[in-house]
Amino acid sequence: MFNQENKRLLLQGNEAIAYGALAAGCRFFAGYPITPATEISEMLATMLPQVGGTFVQMEDEIASMGAIIGASLAGEKTMTATSGPGFSLMQENLGYACIAEVPCVVVNVMRGGPSTGLPTCPSQGDVQMARWGTHGDHPIIVMAVSSVSDSFSITIKAFNLSEQYRVPVVLLSDEVVAHTRECVQLPDQKSIRVVDRIRPSVPPDWYKPYEGDNRGVPHMAAFGDGYRHHVTGLVHDEYGFPTQKPNEVQQFQNRLTKKITRGFSEIMMTKGFMLEDAEIAVIAYGSVARSALKAVEDARKQGVKVGLLQLITLFPFPRSHVSPLLEQCRAVLVPEMNMGQISREVQRVNQNKCVVAKHNRIDGQFITPNEIYAQLIKL
Amino acid sequence: MAVTAQKIRHEYLRHNKKFPHVWCPGCGNGIVMAALLRAIYRMEISKDDVVLASGIGCSGRMPTYLDFNTLHTTHGRALTFATGVKLAKPDLNVVAIMGDGDATAIGGNHFIHAARRNLNLTAIIINNSIYGMTGGQYSPTTPFGSTSTTSVYGHIEHDFSIAELAVTAGASFVARATVYHGELMDRLIEQAMRKRGFAVVEVISNCHVQYGRRNKLGGAVDMLTSFKENSITVSKAEKLSPEELEGKTTIGVLTDREMPISTEEYKKVRERASKTKGKI
Repeated sequence: MFNQENKRLLLQGNEAIAYGALAAGCRFFAGYPITPATEISEMLATMLPQVGGTFVQMEDEIASMGAIIGASLAGEKTMTATSGPGFSLMQENLGYACIAEVPCVVVNVMRGGPSTGLPTCPSQGDVQMARWGTHGDHPIIVMAVSSVSDSFSITIKAFNLSEQYRVPVVLLSDEVVAHTRECVQLPDQKSIRVVDRIRPSVPPDWYKPYEGDNRGVPHMAAFGDGYRHHVTGLVHDEYGFPTQKPNEVQQFQNRLTKKITRGFSEIMMTKGFMLEDAEIAVIAYGSVARSALKAVEDARKQGVKVGLLQLITLFPFPRSHVSPLLEQCRAVLVPEMNMGQISREVQRVNQNKCVVAKHNRIDGQFITPNEIYAQLIKL
Repeated sequence: MAVTAQKIRHEYLRHNKKFPHVWCPGCGNGIVMAALLRAIYRMEISKDDVVLASGIGCSGRMPTYLDFNTLHTTHGRALTFATGVKLAKPDLNVVAIMGDGDATAIGGNHFIHAARRNLNLTAIIINNSIYGMTGGQYSPTTPFGSTSTTSVYGHIEHDFSIAELAVTAGASFVARATVYHGELMDRLIEQAMRKRGFAVVEVISNCHVQYGRRNKLGGAVDMLTSFKENSITVSKAEKLSPEELEGKTTIGVLTDREMPISTEEYKKVRERASKTKGKI
């Protein structure tokens, strides 16, 4: 295993994601170079073969996504990393991972878009795409990192949830987190909670590859382990074979959705700062949450009763964490480096309980604490 | 022979799959499937050690019927999934089944790069010159001048020679057969599966329903007869001029060469990397 325990390291966010992946047990990475995510590939190209893992640079992001699904089906924990343009190409096979319930982690280090956009500038423009980018109704988990230490620890959580629920997890970083260097103390490997997919315990003849357990999650055999089964992107029955029978289709779709809704309390992660007596709250995620925390601290010094709710899980949207805050506060501010992709979710939950204010930037520039502070004191 | 055929059917067709299959009567896909099964039967590989990946289209349905580890992927992407499986578990026998549009249009980039990368994989491409499942649109192998539902006034683009494309892209082993040449085909598939490196078998097949009918080529039997008449072995073809070869399909082994295999090379990468642990 990686031997950085109890070492203080000066890492950038991208490097911390690579360390996090290794700590979570990732042993297969396929990727394609893209700014500002490339360092993740470079780190893993170096470190994976050191620990007996595999790195491969594919011909494009479509192929990268296909390769990590294939390797996951063969029993590995897998990851790819990209930015907006590559994430667009990954949507096709991301949907495959959703329907065939293949655990994998997809890192999207967000840069300005659309299209080639602003390759070296930060953005949070892919938030709704991470949720809805692939076609059809589908379950997916989307998480966001706000710091270098987050990039390590949330990556591990992303792998754990992916394994636990057999669902792809999209990990959103942004150019600021990705390239900021911070000193971090990586925890001892033994202290890290690592979750592995549940393998079938029944004999091969009894194995139904797509029969959910009491959580709605099917147990997963690896190719080559004697549990020969069929995996397809078509809607399938419990045996994995294609079906168009309405009752089987409905049952399948329900299970896909319900395995995530059943896990809401575990999947939805947020961090609260100074929220106990808050009359105003900032709801933020990613690098913007760092600015927001500074703004909140500054406002507190001025006697403003304000707190911060940092969203770690973006989807399923942490409604049960946001809703009480909307009851409690007279106003919330949602600063984002997009035109309001999460404020829309907040408003959906809000239903006129309180004022939801937005602060948006899409000029490729980072949202500063001063900007948030200036907005806060107006509320 | 009949006993063997029965044994193969019993051994390799899935007992719990709801037949019938999706292929039209007379389709060449079944002939290719049987050839693949005969090759695997002769090689005595455990079913647990075979992974069969496919893309989308009529050919894509083949793995559904077969009792291996089977992977029906997205359109054109079979080789990308197969690459992941093979790299994760190099001891598995991984075979990708694709169609002409699947492998060389939407999956063309993956195809040439898989050939260049040279994993120890087998790719079987069933080339019926048309998109059959979607109703007969032109594919990268639809001949110039022929008609399809998207080239009703005659096709104005030129077709790929898939096997030659694979040779140029760097595949270790490349062969071609037609569905008329069933036994040649299973020998070539066996050779491809035994080959250490990326091995391609292109099989010229008939889609009399979507291609033959529109181009007045007759039914399945007529199309198979024309495959018989228009095919020429590699060794005979070498003695003929390009003019004499016009309209002929070359069958047999086009390329068989030894090259480093990337799964083997990656083992060396791991050895080199383990010595640098903690230093880089």
